[in-house]
Amino acid sequence: MKFKGRSKLIFIYFICIFLVVITLFPIYWMVIVSMRSKLELFIKPKLYQTTIFVDNYYRPLFKDIYGKFIINSLIIATGNTGLVVTLAIFATYAFSRFKIWGSQTLFFWTITNRMAPPAAFILPFFLIFTKIKLIDTHIELILLYCVFNLPFAIWLLKGMIDAIPKELDEVASIDGCTTLGTLWHIILPVAKPGLAVTAMMVWIFAWNEYLFASTLTNMNARTITTGLAEFVTVIGTNWGEMAAVSVVCLLPAIIFLGYIQKYIITGLTFGAVKE
Amino acid sequence: MRRSQYKAWGLLAPTLVILFFVGLAPFFYVIYLSLFQYNIWSARGMVFAGVNNFRKLVFDSDFMHSLGIGLIFVVTTCAVEMSLGLIIALFLTNRFVGKGIVRTILALPLAIAPITIGSIWVLLTNPDIGPLPYVLRKLGVDYNIGVNANQAFLTTIFMDVWHWTPFVTLTLLAGLTSFPKEPFEAARVDGANRWQILRYVTLPLLTPVILTVLFIRIMDTFRIFDEVWMLTSGGPGTATRFVSIEVVRRVLVSTDYGYGSSMSVFILYLTIVVCWLLFQMISVVGRKTREV
Repeated sequence: MKFKGRSKLIFIYFICIFLVVITLFPIYWMVIVSMRSKLELFIKPKLYQTTIFVDNYYRPLFKDIYGKFIINSLIIATGNTGLVVTLAIFATYAFSRFKIWGSQTLFFWTITNRMAPPAAFILPFFLIFTKIKLIDTHIELILLYCVFNLPFAIWLLKGMIDAIPKELDEVASIDGCTTLGTLWHIILPVAKPGLAVTAMMVWIFAWNEYLFASTLTNMNARTITTGLAEFVTVIGTNWGEMAAVSVVCLLPAIIFLGYIQKYIITGLTFGAVKE
Repeated sequence: MRRSQYKAWGLLAPTLVILFFVGLAPFFYVIYLSLFQYNIWSARGMVFAGVNNFRKLVFDSDFMHSLGIGLIFVVTTCAVEMSLGLIIALFLTNRFVGKGIVRTILALPLAIAPITIGSIWVLLTNPDIGPLPYVLRKLGVDYNIGVNANQAFLTTIFMDVWHWTPFVTLTLLAGLTSFPKEPFEAARVDGANRWQILRYVTLPLLTPVILTVLFIRIMDTFRIFDEVWMLTSGGPGTATRFVSIEVVRRVLVSTDYGYGSSMSVFILYLTIVVCWLLFQMISVVGRKTREV
């Protein structure tokens, strides 16, 4: 960039606005569509909207079954987050404070777990969960989402717990704290902000998951993402309602974004790149 | 020492039990299933078939086609995302007011459910209501991803680029901002120009980060499912039927459990091998960069 002073600044802001528009336009369009009635949709597409067609939101969420799907998603995501965060605290503490035999192998294994195509696992999961009579229950998905969330949480937390000085533990153990006591009284209070961020991201991943939810549930534990995918039908899709449900599906991401965006890169690269 | 090993494994135990149950058990079960001829609608039940499924797999043109387009997809999206991401990341190292907002907005697609991404692109590209076909029609291009195979394939690439370039950008940016100042100052003192600094200082320092991102992107694009399933369901024809979609169709639609399992085993094998290779590469390059 050879420009100096003002022209450089103009150039920078021009590119920035371009990036922001490219990123936000598809999302903006979805919100616009969710506010339109069928009639408004099929006339010439306009880029702005001043009225809201509330039926798009009201009908699927309160008349149709999508309200129940949302409750299912909330139960599953929250249950999974509780389980994952609890287990991850123990596991991360072990990885961070003890020399464990074979921890390199464990590391590689958890990474492969995260990289494996979920499509390869749907059949064994389907057969196993049918056999132990957990198919189409909330517990099934709460357990299942550990497969990608648990490694994720461990590698996100590891950096945070590594950063807590070991001397703190030693002081605690001299004062007579057990390992669990140290974890509870020393590590948890210090790691609280990091734990909160981890929990939010784990929650979002559980909320966002589609493939397992769609193949391993049929009615009772169906989630919102699955419901969304069922909108496109042969007899014709109600685009307005589909957009409205998509917007609802998107809300948690927007709500949490401010908190997690500092850690999202660390999380998605399993701690390899820190921000 | 012995005692601390017990403690460590005690703390790890619940995690390992769960990961065994949801990670290892299905892995071995799918290998076991792949050795059988097993279709739930067939009266014969499970019949041991040895490696017959795999023999069939090698000559299965549908499966090979899905691997082929998967490869094209992986190479194209990764190339575009990496170069675009690098350019934008270098651009964002400039200091200006409002950079935080731009970064937050770029992080947004990363938090959205892939299925919602699919739905967003359905609304963008639908021939009746989408703005994209509308604009292209004005330009004289007949755009309909439900009919035109090439357009559908290209659209999945665009969708992935839109979704994941911000990830590449933000990761590389995180790498760029964490560098020590000294090599850059030394280069400037030696009279290197902007391009020379980029070529001989920035890029070598950035290589481990670039490789890490590339690794994650390769694995993720290879197993892509949700977005494409929502947007095209693998169609029209087999134009966007990537490996994951092929497996799901085989298992759920044709309920060919044994054969579907052998496909799963094959792609898991590919995943592990590629994962291991890239992992080794990253640690070797990382060690070299640290030495220099």
